[in-house]
Amino acid sequence: MKANYGYKDGSGEYYITVDTDMCNGCTKCVEVCPEGVLEVVENELDPLAEELVARVTDEHRKKIKYSCAPCKPTGGPIALPCVQACEPGALTHSW
Amino acid sequence: MSNSESTEYWRWTESRWTNPDLDWKDSDIISAGIDVGSVSTQSVVMVDGELYCYANMRTGSDSPDSANRSMNWALEGTGLDLDKIEYAVGTGYGRVNVPFAKRAITEIACHARGANFMYGPSIRTVLDMGGQDCKAIRCDHRGKVTAFLMNDKCAAGTGRGMEVFADLLQVHINDVGKMSIVDDEPEPVSSTCVVFAKSEAVALLRKGWSKERVLAAYCGAMAHRVVTLLERLGVENDFAITGGIAKNIGVVSRIEKELKVTAPEPKVDPQLAGAIGGALFGKALVEKARKKVG
Repeated sequence: MKANYGYKDGSGEYYITVDTDMCNGCTKCVEVCPEGVLEVVENELDPLAEELVARVTDEHRKKIKYSCAPCKPTGGPIALPCVQACEPGALTHSW
Repeated sequence: MSNSESTEYWRWTESRWTNPDLDWKDSDIISAGIDVGSVSTQSVVMVDGELYCYANMRTGSDSPDSANRSMNWALEGTGLDLDKIEYAVGTGYGRVNVPFAKRAITEIACHARGANFMYGPSIRTVLDMGGQDCKAIRCDHRGKVTAFLMNDKCAAGTGRGMEVFADLLQVHINDVGKMSIVDDEPEPVSSTCVVFAKSEAVALLRKGWSKERVLAAYCGAMAHRVVTLLERLGVENDFAITGGIAKNIGVVSRIEKELKVTAPEPKVDPQLAGAIGGALFGKALVEKARKKVG
């Protein structure tokens, strides 16, 4: 399942997508995120499953444009720590 | 309440219903779903996966109290009481505040499951237009979520926005949709923000626009906003709308037109989708627990 966390506002679309079929719940993304945007919990979208998956915390969901800004300098493409840390490649950012 | 000053145009009709063909006494699993939303609260009781009774009412300022009141109303006259319900699931905005629920499940999962029950297994895209947010969900033939996108940052494209407009134009909320169907479709209002759209509507009224045209412009803007949300996720047939706005023909017909899809006519109140999904999950969780023991 592709879980999109974030929002769209006048300045653009800000979504972090977690592919829960790929995510193995290893928590490496949680460890490397300097802002504590991510957490690993039971899959809330599939109540009958028991595997753990990553998601964006409630606290950051409505402000990820700002929470993720320190890792996204305007000077050009950079490798995001969370995306780099994710071995199965389950994390993507829309902006 | 005779003068127009005190008429509550936004107030939609609360309802309750019992299935006359079902008897809970000879059933195996009785489960319940309680969807405490930002605007409305629904309680649904299901007997072996069939809809038995429901109540749909306004959420008050106290979520646990709203949950209790709607559940009591649903059970009224059925002879059932709370102890006989084997598994109750809380969902919606106030899901953690349902005192008698064994578990809280996110409304995204519940709406997909509920739409699957209400409209059949061919549903692949569900748009839930609630009181305070709007969710686009893709699901498989079992109603399991495969992708979702949510807009809960603002009230544009939601029931609350529609209530504000009903009040502003002094048109009853139930009539808004029908009234907004006009022959010469105006340009949608340019702001999707409820507060800005409201001032834009006031300006249009002052220009001499009819209520019908202003409503058409607002319904058009609302439809366009959710269409952009859906387009990001991708729309796959069959398509269904749940939540209170599904009853607003003005918004629904405009979404259908923009996406070139047809949403099926709801057989049961589309506001119930979340609570129905919750009750179905309740049943599935009971079965899962029994399997483990047995």
